[in-house]
Amino acid sequence: MESLGNIVLYFAVSLIIIVFSVMAVKTRKILRAATYLLFVLIGTAVFYFQLGYEFLGAVQIAVYAGGILVLFVFSILLTQNPADDTQALTNHRRFVGLLATVFGTAFLGYALYTMPFVEGISLSDALGSSDVNMQMIGHKLLSTDKFGYLLPFEAVSVLLLACIIGGITIARKR
Amino acid sequence: MELTMLMYLIPSLLMFACGVFGFITRRNLIAILISLELMLNSVDLNFVIFNRFLFPGELEGMFFTLFSIGIAAAETALAIAIIINIFRSVKNIDVKDITKLKF
Repeated sequence: MESLGNIVLYFAVSLIIIVFSVMAVKTRKILRAATYLLFVLIGTAVFYFQLGYEFLGAVQIAVYAGGILVLFVFSILLTQNPADDTQALTNHRRFVGLLATVFGTAFLGYALYTMPFVEGISLSDALGSSDVNMQMIGHKLLSTDKFGYLLPFEAVSVLLLACIIGGITIARKR
Repeated sequence: MELTMLMYLIPSLLMFACGVFGFITRRNLIAILISLELMLNSVDLNFVIFNRFLFPGELEGMFFTLFSIGIAAAETALAIAIIINIFRSVKNIDVKDITKLKF
């Protein structure tokens, strides 16, 4: 049996995620879209905390809400006047977008609904059978065993270096 | 009342749907990038949910999400560098106006 607080938290956060993701794609002021995206990302971080992955929630807040959102706001302020509205959607584009979204959502929702292994497991059962501590994450991240992640870890560090160099090279003034 | 896997997958599905809608209908490059972030985020959330409910003893989904967040940060930084460069040469970041390479 789930505690009442967990259930209330779940409903509040999923409502926040759904409402703000709709608003992020519907608003015509681009700075507001970035702000709504921030709320969606923080809601996702709360889900990570609730599912028992505290480290992941912290990373989500630090990298997404702290890093990527600042980049977005910088680039919005550099490239346009934040008071301006973007152009209104033409009916044709809105129709095509809605068509793709509705059919995609219906298809995925049907797949979810008919998924055979979806019932029977509740969050309290799943949380009870494991604990994710920082020591375990660190050992797995730097081990070369079967479920070790040393190679992707190093590959990501090379990728980030390449990204720094590429970002400087592309965006500098000539 | 129990919190099941499906209840967590539904907000993620709707987040993905919003991302698809924004990606198709928006004209501004930064708005397209924001929609892309929404889609990426919902996929990350799915990895974590499947990990927690189906394989609670393992950490594979969590590590996938961890690396995916890192790669998404790199990708966004590069995309914004490219967008700023486009703004310098075209003075606009509307996809309608960026037609120099169009055949």
